[in-house]
Amino acid sequence: MQRLSLDYKAGAPAGRRALAGVVGSGDLEVLLEPGTDGRSTVEINTSVDGVNDIWTAVVNRIFADANQPAVALEINDFGATPAVVRLRIAQAMEHAAGTGAG
Amino acid sequence: MNTAALIERESFVERSARARVSGLLDEGSMRELLDPFERLRSPWLGLQDIVTQADDGVVIARGTIDGTDVVCAAIEPAFQGGSMGEVGGAKIAGALELALEDARAGKPVVPVLLLETGGVRLQEANCGLAAIAEIHAAIVALRAHVPVVGVITGPVGCFGGMSIAAGLCSELIVTREARLGLNGPQVIEQEAGVDEFDSRDRPMIWSLTGGAQRHATGLTETLCNDDAQAIAVQITRAVAEPARALARTQEIDASLKRLRSIDPARRAEAGWVREAFKTEEFGTTGSSS
Repeated sequence: MQRLSLDYKAGAPAGRRALAGVVGSGDLEVLLEPGTDGRSTVEINTSVDGVNDIWTAVVNRIFADANQPAVALEINDFGATPAVVRLRIAQAMEHAAGTGAG
Repeated sequence: MNTAALIERESFVERSARARVSGLLDEGSMRELLDPFERLRSPWLGLQDIVTQADDGVVIARGTIDGTDVVCAAIEPAFQGGSMGEVGGAKIAGALELALEDARAGKPVVPVLLLETGGVRLQEANCGLAAIAEIHAAIVALRAHVPVVGVITGPVGCFGGMSIAAGLCSELIVTREARLGLNGPQVIEQEAGVDEFDSRDRPMIWSLTGGAQRHATGLTETLCNDDAQAIAVQITRAVAEPARALARTQEIDASLKRLRSIDPARRAEAGWVREAFKTEEFGTTGSSS
């Protein structure tokens, strides 16, 4: 198991918390809570060792836009591929913004 | 079933535990207890280098089903095989004990248990087993007051100590895809040998421990398709029923008679097991679909 902490510039705090996914094979759990103003944090726990560079690249891209709502993410990963990571984070972000079905 | 109906049908098994619960409860009534943001996770898995889930794989929610007050406990089969750890087990036991307090105070709350579990979580051993024992005791106490509804739908099935919990329920609803057994196939093979039980022979496994066989042998009341709507209909009916006077596990004489009629030297086979477990002796009242 490896842990990784990342943080990013962001806009105003997200409106509400949201949850996506489960800690199942090839999947991950995303817990999203409103962040502090102007800053998003991402805490990752992953079952797969040695893929910190991939995680950093994938999450950097998702948080590239510094005007996104500020969130505090906890990610519990059980071997999700980058595509699934993007999907689950997008699901949680949509739900927090009130635009997704949750 | 025709193709259009199959496409229209929404699977219950494919839903996550939380989605199963929210789909069952009346709209707007769901109130989750100890939700994932409480972060009541396993204290043991992290020490063994295993990623935890924030709710320890158990969803507990109060709400109503067609107006009946219920408490739903759903095990997430995708997380660690739906295994029962200390925290997840204690969440279910605690929910049932609160329901018992409510029942004794004249405010009946019907428990609905979605039991998709391989049994105790081996990494937590006795801590999980202790919780399972508490769950058993609570189900037995509760069913004098309210129906305790158990549901097994997916291929993870329900095994180990939790299969006893399933057997203790007032009503058990299963699908064909579900399995129910005290020991899983690999455990039986390891203990009794491959000649007795070949854990790779999936048709044989389902023919003996699958939902259809368990229904035919009177160990479950209701057999249902993996259809979210059909399962919801059965659960809605079951929670509205009165508490049973005589639960399956109290029919001791009938069970002993049946056990005495079985020759343990004979290899289990679906046909004769059905014959030996003729359902009319149990007087099951559940419907099938």
